Amino acid sequence: MQGTIFDIKHYAIHDGPGIRQTIFFKGCPLSCWWCHNPESRSSEIIDLIKEEVVGEQKVCVTETIGKKYSVIDVLKEIEKDIVFFEESGGGITLSGGEPLLQYEFVLELLKQCRKREIHTCVDTTGNVSGEKLRNIAEFTNLFLYDIKHVDDKQHIKYAGVSNKQIINNLIMLDEMGKDIWIRFPLIPGINDDESEILRLMELLSGLKNKYPIQLLPYHKIGSQKYEKFGIDYNMSDYKEPEQEHIESILKMFSDARFAASIGG
Amino acid sequence: MNDRIKRLRENSQNAEPRISAERALLVTEFYKSDQCEMVSVPVRRAMAFQHILNNKIICINDEELIVGERGPAPKAVPTYPEINLHSLEDLDILDSRAKVWFKVDGKTKEIYRNTIIPYWTGKTNREKVFANLDKEWINAYEAGVFTEFQEQRAPGHTVLGKKMFKFGMLDLKKEIQESIHKLDFFNDTVAYEKREELKAMDISADAIINFAARHANELENLAGAEEDENRKIELMEMAAICRKVPARAPQTFYEALQHYWFIHIGVITEVNPWDSFNPGRLDQHLYPFYKKELEDGTLTDDKAKELLGSFWVKFNNHPAPPKIGVTAKESSTYTDFALINLGGVKEDGSDAVNELTYVILDVIEDMRLLQPSSMVQVSKKNPDRFVKRTARIVKTGFGQPSIFNTDTIIQQLVRQGKSIEDARNGGASGCVETGAFGAESYILTGYFNLVKIFEITMHNGINPVTGKKVGLETGVLNTFSTFEEVISAFQKQVKYFVDLKVVGTNIIDRIFADNLPVPFLSLIIDDCISDGVDYNNGGARYNTSYIQGVGLGSLTDILTSIKYNVFDNRKVSIDDLQLALDQNFENQLELRNDLINSTPKYGNDDDYADEQAIIIFNLFLDAVDGRPNTKGGHFRINMLPTTSHVYFGSVTGATADGRLAKKPLSEGISPFQGADRKGPSAVIKSAAKIDHIKTGGTLLNQKFTPSLLEDEKGLDSMVSLIRSYFRMDGHHIQFNVVTADQLREAQKHPEEHKDLIVRVAGYSDYFNDLGEELQEEIIRRSEHVAY
Repeated sequence: MQGTIFDIKHYAIHDGPGIRQTIFFKGCPLSCWWCHNPESRSSEIIDLIKEEVVGEQKVCVTETIGKKYSVIDVLKEIEKDIVFFEESGGGITLSGGEPLLQYEFVLELLKQCRKREIHTCVDTTGNVSGEKLRNIAEFTNLFLYDIKHVDDKQHIKYAGVSNKQIINNLIMLDEMGKDIWIRFPLIPGINDDESEILRLMELLSGLKNKYPIQLLPYHKIGSQKYEKFGIDYNMSDYKEPEQEHIESILKMFSDARFAASIGG
Repeated sequence: MNDRIKRLRENSQNAEPRISAERALLVTEFYKSDQCEMVSVPVRRAMAFQHILNNKIICINDEELIVGERGPAPKAVPTYPEINLHSLEDLDILDSRAKVWFKVDGKTKEIYRNTIIPYWTGKTNREKVFANLDKEWINAYEAGVFTEFQEQRAPGHTVLGKKMFKFGMLDLKKEIQESIHKLDFFNDTVAYEKREELKAMDISADAIINFAARHANELENLAGAEEDENRKIELMEMAAICRKVPARAPQTFYEALQHYWFIHIGVITEVNPWDSFNPGRLDQHLYPFYKKELEDGTLTDDKAKELLGSFWVKFNNHPAPPKIGVTAKESSTYTDFALINLGGVKEDGSDAVNELTYVILDVIEDMRLLQPSSMVQVSKKNPDRFVKRTARIVKTGFGQPSIFNTDTIIQQLVRQGKSIEDARNGGASGCVETGAFGAESYILTGYFNLVKIFEITMHNGINPVTGKKVGLETGVLNTFSTFEEVISAFQKQVKYFVDLKVVGTNIIDRIFADNLPVPFLSLIIDDCISDGVDYNNGGARYNTSYIQGVGLGSLTDILTSIKYNVFDNRKVSIDDLQLALDQNFENQLELRNDLINSTPKYGNDDDYADEQAIIIFNLFLDAVDGRPNTKGGHFRINMLPTTSHVYFGSVTGATADGRLAKKPLSEGISPFQGADRKGPSAVIKSAAKIDHIKTGGTLLNQKFTPSLLEDEKGLDSMVSLIRSYFRMDGHHIQFNVVTADQLREAQKHPEEHKDLIVRVAGYSDYFNDLGEELQEEIIRRSEHVAY
């Protein structure tokens, strides 16, 4: 069994508690306009020609996006960072893309980590089968759960899919009593007006447990990748949110007694 | 920082470094006198010291609270012609060079032309050193295989221990008399030498007491003329302190600082020792005074900070003595490496962090000065908040404090044979060097260019830059059929050059012991008084000689490249590779790209590469570690470069890691600039694979982009990163929190970035004061970005 992974990031400090190793799985069921990892959408391994700077000169080389790993290969990479996990209370984070698109691989990896007493975190879109999510939940210490839009029509427009399954799965995990951090990308003009925030709070208030919320303000860092991968970028005219606006939204959450913070 | 300290700091920052002929004139005057001829060498040195201190100008700066200048004014730097005589040409170079210059006025040149040069030519220690070294040593030195610390500057490399914060010079004079009484002229064949040395120490103690009294006189004069009532009271208080210390043990926080400072001036006036001098564990030494006075209400935190601020300025007033030639290249900085130690453990092994530790950290952050440099010792026993407070200062981006692993330092010292108590009272000084404070002479003998030696190996003993044979004939390239044979040839060359270095050091040590004893320094380092033996002659309780390996990262990548591309994957033959290197990769862009971008590199937690680091480290260690020196101690290794990696690179051709000829090598045990691509945790893993416990210090530089420290999580993660490295026995880590863009901007507009400070290697420096090659090197060090 092999998984397709497009990056393994060491010293990841914003993907869950402590110092983490984040493993990025290739392939995503969503196509969010603002995605800063467009290379993660397709589940295929692709070759790109890129320029490499060598001293004063440049040469063209092939860059391969995505690589096949066995579970053992990934575990070897994970084992390298145990000392950092232990000193910081960290662990691994499975991200993507959508890791659950590679369900069997992810399940096996999570089981192996449990055996090794490694803290696991799954960063999911939630747009996966409830049964699969339930099965991996047993071996997952923490979910980073992305909510993009509470309004289904808007969700379909900007993320390409309905949010019904996403919300149902959130309710399921809540009922299972799992640890969850809600992540909400803050995109000016798309999901950042007051009514949308109120709807999100309404949804979260309906859950049995209260979860911390992390606001991820939109940034343009990923935009140049779109050209590189030949994907249309719809966000050229959108601006990064103003600090003042971010603060006001943060205040809305804290007034409603949600533990909200900026960034992961 | 209050307004007074702001002004003192500014005056110090604005003072121009210049050469003062004062000391040179006084020492010459003494050596010309009749009394010089009638006495033994140690007594002569003590009398010369006394002559200088009795006659030099007493400088008391406006508003300062701690007094004592080595020269006639701040940054007026004396010379030491008995050790190294500057020629008129040297003075011109010092005056006119673009970086690390010292102004030399016409009068100073006249004094040199008419008095100093005529007298000292043919009599200096430097000339004795070079006249006594073997031809093979000189060849290797000229090829850039190693440098020599003791050619222009005297051995020093030691730190004050806790004893001297409890004793005064009068106590030491008593100890000296006891030692003299105990001398056994019937049975001890060196009783005479001991008596002369002890007499010399006694004279040196008198000299520093009188020097303090001269300050007291001057302070009283100034007080008499002072119109400001507050300053008048201060001046009288300062005069009273100078009447007391260093003659008697300090009894207050204020007295302790002034006491140390007189000792410091004594050490750096007697000779020009490396790494100036250093109060060592400052928070430990001062804590009893601080605690008592805080309790009885005679000291406040503000007053303590003001005194420390004034104390800090004194260090900053004292640039390193002017260096020329290779010594200027290996240590191209004004910094003189006084390294304040904080934290760590007490003698009984318990957590040593106290309230004063945090007060001093505040002072470090406020003062933001290059000198003194500062470090924290972090033991598993110290609290995380201590490390986090440190990280918060590191975040401000001036490279201080550097961070050391106490538990490793103690193991290193115990392995070298120190008692556990001496080890716990120790720390690190200079850049990263481990020492037993107050009881050890731990001399850096010179940087050792591992990459150059490999280049010589690849050319069968020839230095390809000059065509001259400098090494052994260990085989021509195409006779190597396995990677192991290459390593074996390299090992023989390393052994050969280490042998040369060891012999050279053993000769130079004797030249210093015979001609340049240091009775003043011997007063304050155990057990020179009780044994009646000079510091430079093995009088310290422990005597270590270090050889500092340079280029571990570069050489690891070079060996990895040869193993990977030549032997394991047969991508290129060893002859073709060497040809490309000899041609500096001309028309070999693709090969060079493969070497840089498609070959495993050190710094990525990749065992394929890191195994070569272990091989290099172990063979260097085996060639050096445990060999006897002339002072009853042993040779050891440490891994640090100061600025020698730039010099060593400049004498070394293109290398199999893709580096072009003459470009800088890697520094310390850090990866080659830009070779590490998996973030700071992977660097730490690679760096921890060598056995730090068997060294006397390693240096790891980590460039950190400010965005990795933006929030509290960033700081907490840095604390965990440090703890992780130290759990793996890492010795030292320091952070440069700055982006490559900021540095490029500063290169373009130096005038707008006069205060930009960066971490170089074991010390911080103004970016503008660095040579262009070193600026480029620092920019290239990889920047770890969060994405």
